[in-house]
Amino acid sequence: MTPAELRTVIEPDGRVKVRDLGLSDAELLHCYRTMLRVRAFDDTCLKLQRSGRIGFSIPNKGVEATQVGAASALKKTDWIFPSYRDFGMALYHGIPAVAMMHNMFGNAEDSAKGRQMPVHFSFTEPIKFVSISSPIGTHIIQAVGAAHAMKLRGEKHIALASFGDGGTSSLGFHSGLNFAAVWKSPVVFLCQNNQYAISCPVEKQTASDGFAIKAKAYGMPGILVDGNDLLAVREAVLEAAEYARKGKGPTLIEAKTFRMGGHSTSDDPTRYVPKELVAEWEKKDPLLRFEKFLGKRKLWSEKMRTQYYDEAMAEIDVAAKEAAATAKPALETIFSDVYATVPAHLRRQGQQAFEVAARHGEAEAGDGKFPL
Amino acid sequence: MANLTLIQAVNDGLRTAMRDDKNVLVFGEDVGPKGGVFLATEGLTKEFGEERCFDTPLSEDGIVGAAIGMALNGLKPVAEIQFQDFIFPAFDQIVSEAAKFRYRSGGQYTVPMVIRTPYGGGIRGGLYHSQSGEAYFCHTPGLKVVIPSTPHDAKGLLLAAINDPDPVLFLEPKALYRAVKGEVPEGKYTVDLSTLRTVREGANVTVFCYGAMVPVCQKAADKAAEKGVECLVVDLRTLLPLDEEGVLDAAKRTGRVVVVHEAPRFCGYGGEISALIAENCIEYMEAPIVRVTGFDTPFPNTLEHHYMPDERRVLDAIERVASW
Repeated sequence: MTPAELRTVIEPDGRVKVRDLGLSDAELLHCYRTMLRVRAFDDTCLKLQRSGRIGFSIPNKGVEATQVGAASALKKTDWIFPSYRDFGMALYHGIPAVAMMHNMFGNAEDSAKGRQMPVHFSFTEPIKFVSISSPIGTHIIQAVGAAHAMKLRGEKHIALASFGDGGTSSLGFHSGLNFAAVWKSPVVFLCQNNQYAISCPVEKQTASDGFAIKAKAYGMPGILVDGNDLLAVREAVLEAAEYARKGKGPTLIEAKTFRMGGHSTSDDPTRYVPKELVAEWEKKDPLLRFEKFLGKRKLWSEKMRTQYYDEAMAEIDVAAKEAAATAKPALETIFSDVYATVPAHLRRQGQQAFEVAARHGEAEAGDGKFPL
Repeated sequence: MANLTLIQAVNDGLRTAMRDDKNVLVFGEDVGPKGGVFLATEGLTKEFGEERCFDTPLSEDGIVGAAIGMALNGLKPVAEIQFQDFIFPAFDQIVSEAAKFRYRSGGQYTVPMVIRTPYGGGIRGGLYHSQSGEAYFCHTPGLKVVIPSTPHDAKGLLLAAINDPDPVLFLEPKALYRAVKGEVPEGKYTVDLSTLRTVREGANVTVFCYGAMVPVCQKAADKAAEKGVECLVVDLRTLLPLDEEGVLDAAKRTGRVVVVHEAPRFCGYGGEISALIAENCIEYMEAPIVRVTGFDTPFPNTLEHHYMPDERRVLDAIERVASW
């Protein structure tokens, strides 16, 4: 079988093959601004982590076009089952940066009430951005279940499951793709092939010629798209979403991109990524690519970039300050939301925790540092 | 009232729930037209159609993961895992996902769903069709774990589980599927998910048990009564959350306790009951708390009757505790 053909829309020089993109200038600039907001969010989080204000973050540099391009193809009534590296999808759909920042600080305003590590967002408005867990691939099959509910109710919504190259080795990838194809579920599977699963390159993940061709054996269309080309990703996700909305079933999209930073702030990619590879992909920076495209349309200037980035930094700085100043969650939040109602044994355990605190004072927080 | 076997009561419970709420879906391996390998879902596809009672691909991870997604989006899935022994590919979905969604999303996302699965020995099923894995799941905050032992409770607890806002693992004692019969009310009723049931009153020894061990303990209690020892037999039936007050009350009433389960002993559920009593009312105890359990070995095939606690072993423990 021949490998899938790589789809692109924006040429390296910024020209596009299609005339009607179905996006207004304002929408194009919203995409651009969202990518810059992701970078500003990343840059801020890195500083916060290095200065010990937050424990952890996930860099998105290099994969913003995939995130934003995919998000731009969705409707507010669709569901996103995100990976932990999907900040751009959240920001694109209007999830406030401050809400994300509350999660980074794990404070009382965090929608997850400080129970999860940073980056494990959970939002229901203005789009379903489903609570993220750390085990890899578990959400892929869950997206199929949620999509099955949409199908049974006769809705025209879809679920998008986003995961990395490493995620394709998981149990949830296999069961997810298999169930969705058998049930013709309205799901779009988006594999963000960013070349590395922490330190493991793609060739340690699969002997297959890429990931898009895996769709064939599951019985669904597979699309290989340039993940650094925002418009190509958008077009692929739109096509797959349309196919799903028509009741034809799922599609697997492989967006080929590159993670230009570490896996997380606890990871040093210079230990395993060859310098030449980074240099090669830096030239393909999705932001530069989109700027060239906007430039051809007279929608972009160097000044605009500075202005948008500075505005984003100011916005995110305010968000970070607000989140930093917000109190930690109250002790009783340890015991709530385990069940819909707090059972007797948890009430007793909570009571004991308060009694110990009354007798011996509050527990002392450790530094929580990753032991490197 | 109808006189039903336990498996008929399960079937009646599913049918009642499906008639009551169109969002209730029943699915798993072979549960569709065939009606399940034990016939728990017999006739449901015929009555409700393939959309509501259907076969899935052979993947426990897929069955539970898909059920979670359905529950997140407004359906009420009742998934069947053909044998509890096969549930482990879904362990991650149950433990890391279903049980934690409410907590990790601050209550934004919840998964009201039921996983039904037959557990336990007595069918010469060997290592992989006989196990009692309740302890793995009872160690998981966010999950509810239920084991009925009578037809009445099977239906009432199942309907309560389907109505419950949290994920429930519903373990069915396959040895009792057609071995017990009892009166089952028609239509809808529920049995509270955190109450134990007094099987038999007695002033001398308290016997805690659940599932397939309940009839075994009843018989042992009858034998003990012939020798003048009266047992209070308690069916725990909702293992998580446990009716802790009920357990302590029953333990205090006799001051002598035997705990019985089919699962292996080490880190088993009996250890929790024993520790609960020891921590809260050791001063009432007149004798050591004794466990009668499966051995700490894999579940054997040919010699399964030696592995599973029987009337002899339970009676032996009752006598030891009574005469301490």
